[in-house]
Amino acid sequence: MQELQVIFSGVAQGCIYGLIALGFVLIYKATETVSFAQGELMMLGAFCGLGAMQWLGWPYWLAVPSALLAMGLVGWLTERVAIRPILGQPAFSVVMLTFGIVYVARGLVTMIPNVGTETHAFPAPYKDVSFDMGGVVIGATQLVVVAATAGLCLLLYFTFRYSRVGIAMQASSQNQLAAYYMGIPVKRLNGLVWALAAMVATVAGLLLAPITFVHANMGFIGLKAFPAAVVGGFSSLPGAIVGGLIIGVVEAMAGFWLPEGFKDIAAYIVVLLMLVLKPNGLFGENLRKKV
Amino acid sequence: MRFIFKTDYDQDIRLAKHGGHVFWYGLLMVFLLTAPWLIEEYWLAQLTFVMIYSIVGLGLMLLAGFTGLFSIGHAAFLGVGAYTEAVLSAQGWPFPLSLAMSAGLSAAVGAIVGLPALRVKGIYLGIATLSFGFIVEEGLARWESVTGGNAGKHVKAINLFGYEASSNEAFYWICLVVTVVCTLAVLNLLRSATGRAFVAIRDSEISAQSMGIHLARYKTLSFMISAALAGIGGALYAHKLQFISPDQFNFLQSIDLLLMVVIGGLGSIHGAFLGALFLITMPQLISLGKDYLPDAIGQAPGLQAVVYGLVLIGFVMFEPMGLYGRWLKIRTWFQLFPFYRKGMFKRQKSFQKSDRLK
Repeated sequence: MQELQVIFSGVAQGCIYGLIALGFVLIYKATETVSFAQGELMMLGAFCGLGAMQWLGWPYWLAVPSALLAMGLVGWLTERVAIRPILGQPAFSVVMLTFGIVYVARGLVTMIPNVGTETHAFPAPYKDVSFDMGGVVIGATQLVVVAATAGLCLLLYFTFRYSRVGIAMQASSQNQLAAYYMGIPVKRLNGLVWALAAMVATVAGLLLAPITFVHANMGFIGLKAFPAAVVGGFSSLPGAIVGGLIIGVVEAMAGFWLPEGFKDIAAYIVVLLMLVLKPNGLFGENLRKKV
Repeated sequence: MRFIFKTDYDQDIRLAKHGGHVFWYGLLMVFLLTAPWLIEEYWLAQLTFVMIYSIVGLGLMLLAGFTGLFSIGHAAFLGVGAYTEAVLSAQGWPFPLSLAMSAGLSAAVGAIVGLPALRVKGIYLGIATLSFGFIVEEGLARWESVTGGNAGKHVKAINLFGYEASSNEAFYWICLVVTVVCTLAVLNLLRSATGRAFVAIRDSEISAQSMGIHLARYKTLSFMISAALAGIGGALYAHKLQFISPDQFNFLQSIDLLLMVVIGGLGSIHGAFLGALFLITMPQLISLGKDYLPDAIGQAPGLQAVVYGLVLIGFVMFEPMGLYGRWLKIRTWFQLFPFYRKGMFKRQKSFQKSDRLK
């Protein structure tokens, strides 16, 4: 029974990785840039939610959408101010730029007096509830993570499948130039994609916050979402979630059965193996550059 | 304005292109040779750090600036070099041998990581090196019988065939020699066919391949040399600090190294040195500036990170050629005065350039 519990907590953790990886993939597909700032966006999102609840005294159901909105704005602004001016520069420049954003975000949060350097418990209403299902004890926090991830995936699926904006995003991610010629406002879409990625990261942050704590270094988890994105094949949205689940479960099992220390690097071992065996990931397309 | 009349093919690959180079680099050399008598002990130590970081920077510059590959886990190679040196010097190996071993072991590890990772493109290499960096950090922390784990490890002073180089000056001389040798080696490499193959790979993999350059071999070679330089830097770093622990070689250190080459100026040897200079002097500048800021900002723990981040963002957005690029512009302005035009170093945007393909 303990095994089941371990696997389930791995699934919950994997959902978080998957959500962050989803942000990477969204941004990568849309602008072909790799954003290392995704984990930091998650951290900012968690702090937004925390701030709204603790210092403004808003109830949970109001704090969550307002954190989402605020972070959407942050994402949009980031694209507008920092990313768009260097569009068309080598990918490496953009990567370094996102590292700059990481530094600034983490530094700014740490600079908030009395708040930035502390760890905070996140007062979600479902925090201390747990269910006993035939010997397997499952916390409501983990159930909510899985349920919310599933819901969000469905929502994104329908957005990309049926809505005008979603289809436009798909088009521009397949071929920016062609999409631009078809009259799709590619630049504005890129802003929207960043906003969307920031919001997805915020969801991840708000879901993770009750399980762990909210602190300035929680963005480091974003680095574990990279393996998730690679395992799924950097350009596939469902791949990101599946990759996240694989990484989460492998990590949980490594922590349970393998000697101490393997838990932290299990994700990285998996990704190195993946790069050797199947560099394009589980769902990636095998594309070769032609002249 | 200086005109160079080329009368010999060798002039194209000569290291010192004209008398100005000879003069200024000579002057720099004279300064470095007399530095122990000219500057205070503290600044000499900082200068030593600059040289150590420059060696690592040279390696990363070769990889990122000249071969167009980037590694987000270079601190791992630094760590491998540092621990090799620590273990070997504890066993009484003479310094040149243990330094060579540090470089060799780093290069070997680089080859092991590089071979599979270099077959994949762009960001995948970044992620592979990132993963590798985490694994090495964890490995260093867990392999306690050799590395001493998280408690860290003391490093003995340099043993040069019986002579103990324990004073600051002696260590400075050793660093200076190693730095000069490494710099000359990299400069020579870059003007050889191998170096030009690296640059060709950076500019276009496809055209390099069609010119008969074996991509995997040259990429691995570049990766190995880069790792070896990082290993040499790591060995010196270990001796400088005299105490090493795994968290000195973590992810943030890797990012600092990348930040160094980007701010110095990708694609220029000068950039590695300017970047190292920046990395060492920046904390000092920040602590100098702290006193002029209100306490709420000046004493906050995150200030340094914010400044680093802003400087990095600023450089990427406004001066992608880094400090060296800025210097080139200033120099050109003076050389061409009053004919300098604003658009002379204008970057060309390449919207069509795409890694993924139809």
